[in-house]
Amino acid sequence: MRFPFKTSYEQDTRLFRDRIDASWYVLLAALVVLLPAVLPAYYVGETTWVFIYAITGVSLMVLVGYTGLVSLGHAAFLGIGAYAHAFFIEHGVPWVVSAAMAVTLATACGLVVGLPALRMTGIYLAIATLAFSVIIQEVFSRWESVTHGLSGMAVPKAHIFGVSFGGETAFYYLCLFFLVLALWLTRNLLRAPTGRAWIAIRDSEIAAQSMGVNLAIYKSIAFAYSAGLMGLAGVLFAHKIAFLAPDIFTILLSIQLLLLVIVGGLGSLHGAVFGAIFVALLPPVIAILRDSIPASFHDFSAASGLAPIGWFGDAIGNFLKKPGVEAGIFGVILVLVILLEPLGMYGRWVKIRIFFSTFPMYKRATFKRQRSYMKTERLR
Amino acid sequence: MTFFQADNISINFGGIRAVDGVSFQVTKGEVFTVIGPNGAGKTTIFNLVSRFYDPTEGRLVFEDNDITKVPSYRIAALGIARTFQNIELFEHATLLQNLLLARHAHKRSNFFSELLFLPSVRRLEVEHREAVEKVIDFLDLQQYRDSFIVNLPYGVRKVTELARALCTDPKLLLLDEPSSGLNVEETDDMAFWIQDIKNLLGITVLMVEHDMKLVSAVSDRVLALNYGRPLAMGTVQEVQAHPEVIRAYLGG
Repeated sequence: MRFPFKTSYEQDTRLFRDRIDASWYVLLAALVVLLPAVLPAYYVGETTWVFIYAITGVSLMVLVGYTGLVSLGHAAFLGIGAYAHAFFIEHGVPWVVSAAMAVTLATACGLVVGLPALRMTGIYLAIATLAFSVIIQEVFSRWESVTHGLSGMAVPKAHIFGVSFGGETAFYYLCLFFLVLALWLTRNLLRAPTGRAWIAIRDSEIAAQSMGVNLAIYKSIAFAYSAGLMGLAGVLFAHKIAFLAPDIFTILLSIQLLLLVIVGGLGSLHGAVFGAIFVALLPPVIAILRDSIPASFHDFSAASGLAPIGWFGDAIGNFLKKPGVEAGIFGVILVLVILLEPLGMYGRWVKIRIFFSTFPMYKRATFKRQRSYMKTERLR
Repeated sequence: MTFFQADNISINFGGIRAVDGVSFQVTKGEVFTVIGPNGAGKTTIFNLVSRFYDPTEGRLVFEDNDITKVPSYRIAALGIARTFQNIELFEHATLLQNLLLARHAHKRSNFFSELLFLPSVRRLEVEHREAVEKVIDFLDLQQYRDSFIVNLPYGVRKVTELARALCTDPKLLLLDEPSSGLNVEETDDMAFWIQDIKNLLGITVLMVEHDMKLVSAVSDRVLALNYGRPLAMGTVQEVQAHPEVIRAYLGG
């Protein structure tokens, strides 16, 4: 077990806890930078999805995990970023300017949608944001002069300052850059008064207020910042998916994004990344299993002479080919996570880390939470 | 100069008059206690002063300024801090984060400098931390600094509430039943701390309390309420001996 030895207050404002922590992140960074050199192009592309989803994860983590406001309409901000960027690019705006304008537009929309959040919490806010996303989706399909409606909109490859980011590897690095940027900016806010104000709003609005937090302003900031990051993710999303259609940005996508932060672990930036790995890599993993399970089961049944094993493999393969199986597996995993690991993948990660760092003194009770019946609901 | 004055304040909740024409003045440097049976309107007065409720009638004055219309998030910056009867800490944050949040009223950095975590933000963070550490020293909370509130026992949470209120650098401290849920020893500690807050830090205390031992140990003046109406005001002995007060508590 490591005890960081603190000698100055400044130490607690640093990005990393200590040198050892920092060196782990350097190692991770080196790994991620070198990855495209060893991975086949297909997997580089899939990892790019992890980065884009991680940005959406950071966006929702700020809102849901830190400020405690639930949004069921964040796919709309993703769509606004994507469509705005595609529209500006189509009209010859340089990439950087276009991306900046798309992010600004998403931020502005977040600010407007955030207004009802000042009065609503919980399920009511979720419904309001849901309504917003339905409206936006309708706008995407009807405003044909801008979005080309239901016939969809092709998005060219990214060209920044004359450099093409069309290749899988180049785009991988572009997305990685923006993910690191998003993580850094968000971490900065979280270690400053703004982040603490968000956490305060999440845990006790009334106490936050009496400590001087202007709820209206900080909830608006959370909404706008979250929407802005979502817009940034949308810019990259547009390039990655290459073709925008209104039916991409549905309630299902919003739910998937929400699932991402819950599975990852609410209230931690690590959770946003873990959740993104899960959400982005589950479909390709299912696709691989779909083909490899029947094949390997058949090999096994041929080798052992037990025909039923081959049939069993076929059954699994056929099941995985059924439409909607992905969504079903997502749902089952969400239920299991909420039941078994409310702190999400990050919570599990922390437990494993503590198990090894305190070995053999680990106590399961370390993470038992005492239920509290003391909170007052009187003033809500 | 008037330090703090409640001038004939009343509030109605539907047909119930929870506070009915209460007036009192708190002098700088004293411990002023409000007592009364359950439902007498003590906490309601606190919620009026912290501006969670708008009084139906009457006026609140703090340092010669009318604060009857000031929004609640500005109250801390004016120099009024409060604790809550049923602990309202930020449970999924560390004790240190809780106390640092209390410095919010003194925040001088803007959103964009925080976004980039400029050196100025770091300097301000260290300044806030120094202020917070003074309070941690004062209330002996060193060992809990990095613990999450959910993992702390009730007694420590109660002290943390007090610490958080002190971190706002208040001139007037509102303590809503500081001893509720504490054992005898912890209540004694609380009494010492309240005296220290008054004598060493020079902070005026307005307190709601049921434990008469604590009340008589620390209070300079006491106001007794019943059904939202003032019954008696004066020293602890005067109020305890007042026939109306005895009747409110014992019936008859």
